[in-house]
Amino acid sequence: MTTSPPHHAASVRPGTGQHAGHPAIEFVGVRKDYLSHGEAVPAVKSLDLAIGQGEFFSLLGPSGCGKTTTMRMIAGFEEPTAGKVFLDGKDVTDVGPNKRDVNMVFQSYALFPHLNVLQNVSFGLERKKLAKSEIKRRVGEMLEIVSLTGMEKRQPKEMSGGQQQRVALARALVNHPRALLLDEPLGALDLKLRQQMQVELKRIQREVGITFVYVTHDQGEALTMSDRIAVMNSGLIEQLGSPRNIYERPASRFVAGFIGTSNLIDGQVSHVDGGVAVLDVAPGERVLVPVTGQVQPGRALEVSVRPEKIDLHRTMPHDSAASIVSGVVTEVVYHGTSTNYTVATSAGSDFVVFDQNAHDAEDVASRGERVFLTWAPQHSYPIGV
Amino acid sequence: MTQTLTPAPATQATPSRRRFRIGGARMMHIYTWLLIAWLVLPILVMILFGFNDPQGRYNQTWQGFTLKWYGELFALPDLTDALIASLAVAVVSSLISAALGTGIGYALGRYRFRGAGATNLVMFAAISSPELVMGSSLLTLFVSMGVGLGGVTLTIAHVMFSIAFVATVVRARVVTLDRAMEEAAADLGATAWTTWWKVTFPILLPAIFSGIMLAFALSIDDFVITNFTAGNVQTFPLWIWGSTRVGLPPQVNVMGTLIFVVGVLIAVVANLRSRPRKQQD
Repeated sequence: MTTSPPHHAASVRPGTGQHAGHPAIEFVGVRKDYLSHGEAVPAVKSLDLAIGQGEFFSLLGPSGCGKTTTMRMIAGFEEPTAGKVFLDGKDVTDVGPNKRDVNMVFQSYALFPHLNVLQNVSFGLERKKLAKSEIKRRVGEMLEIVSLTGMEKRQPKEMSGGQQQRVALARALVNHPRALLLDEPLGALDLKLRQQMQVELKRIQREVGITFVYVTHDQGEALTMSDRIAVMNSGLIEQLGSPRNIYERPASRFVAGFIGTSNLIDGQVSHVDGGVAVLDVAPGERVLVPVTGQVQPGRALEVSVRPEKIDLHRTMPHDSAASIVSGVVTEVVYHGTSTNYTVATSAGSDFVVFDQNAHDAEDVASRGERVFLTWAPQHSYPIGV
Repeated sequence: MTQTLTPAPATQATPSRRRFRIGGARMMHIYTWLLIAWLVLPILVMILFGFNDPQGRYNQTWQGFTLKWYGELFALPDLTDALIASLAVAVVSSLISAALGTGIGYALGRYRFRGAGATNLVMFAAISSPELVMGSSLLTLFVSMGVGLGGVTLTIAHVMFSIAFVATVVRARVVTLDRAMEEAAADLGATAWTTWWKVTFPILLPAIFSGIMLAFALSIDDFVITNFTAGNVQTFPLWIWGSTRVGLPPQVNVMGTLIFVVGVLIAVVANLRSRPRKQQD
């Protein structure tokens, strides 16, 4: 499920600067073990990954999946146990964090408490021994981008969480790094501010054109902002692709469950008809799945279907081109924009259905009612085929 | 008595319970003032008798108000020399213990390493072992090594018992220090050296300062260990001890008062500076 860069053997070039042809960040055969009570515990088992120039790339997964370790290996805080890390085609595996041209926004922001906003943001440029006037100009510019102009003299502790977040962002971005690393930066903010900052981050990324690597366990955040997402689980990338690809075409049961809500159906193929496999689940009911290649009747299939793709009917619809499953409503939850139904189905599992409240002033069905669920064949997705 | 100190919930406040609660609050007031008096009274007596005008050698009964001891503060050369010696030893030993103790405290707070447990144990021993034991064993050590007693041995001894206090204070701060702070500095291009001086040290400074104050206070009024290790050097406490039999001059009270006032001023300033400013949105 990972993309393996074909050119890594040739990419070790001494003294290279930025090469348009090189990915911004590249992992080749990377493994990372931690020592715990004398035993090696793998945090990242095997990683081959290339992140492109200017990409908004998310590492998504539950805690302990290896996403933070991966990011810390880019920053240089962790050294891989095996394998190599490249920045712009340059091997940086043995290069310390202070010599790497990437900057990080920490989960805790890690603003220097004894320095004001101006001094915090200037810190990186001062280490590069830039001229005072140049530092002043770039810091001013950056504070404008993150809307903090006029707050130069503030101490971090005098600012709100959202403002501190912007200072941390400015402090990293002002150095024009090859890549910006963000470690769950919005975790400490409340929902409203988090949504604002998501839009803001995307805008800033467009403005500065720098590669963003974003670590999060929040699938909504990853879907909203990313160009590509790597879904990680127990030290491995489970799936790598665009948000749409990952949401619509989950490669594994884990991805299907972790990204959004999925309804999973286990069944056996009864016959294949014009590229569509038919799973008989109960008399008069069926699940249609588009399949490619040879799928023999009798084969077991696991099918995922998203809750918003399903229509809910109170009478048996006569549509032979759609999947049909019947069941009994066990829960109705009103969410404003949609109503969520939980349906105990004949297919064996509970289904979740999101019904948009576009036209219906009242619920389509109520608890205990028998309903029929239908969805188009292309919305069934076979997992792991 | 204990239930009178427990405030009853307002909704259940029957008249009798209410009286109990007021009684409890008054008890707390009396208790608090008694405690303050207990702590402050000896100091007040010391300050007061710096203004006394004793007729004989003994400054122990109140005989009239005078300011002359403030004017004649340095009239006794031996006492002045003793004070200077004490201040010098306190300044030097507290600075040396600050430098060494900060390193130890940082290492213990930040890293896990072989010997960390032993270091903690040694520090605890230095804090908890009786001064008499430490003083006499230091004396034995210096004599057996053939080192002449004096200002140097005195300073070494004071550094020895102060280090553990500085290290303990600094370690407590390091433990709560966000590790990401130093990573952020490295991430922004700082070397280990720059990270220490530009980030870690300034953040630890209040704790280091507390350690210095503590070491200074311990040094300036130490008697037991000083008595063993000072040789011919007279410190302020040693001089006072030597003079008690012949009567203490009021200058001792004045010097004590001045040391106290400076200490209070430093504490007040440090407190004002560390008071958190109002957070804004």
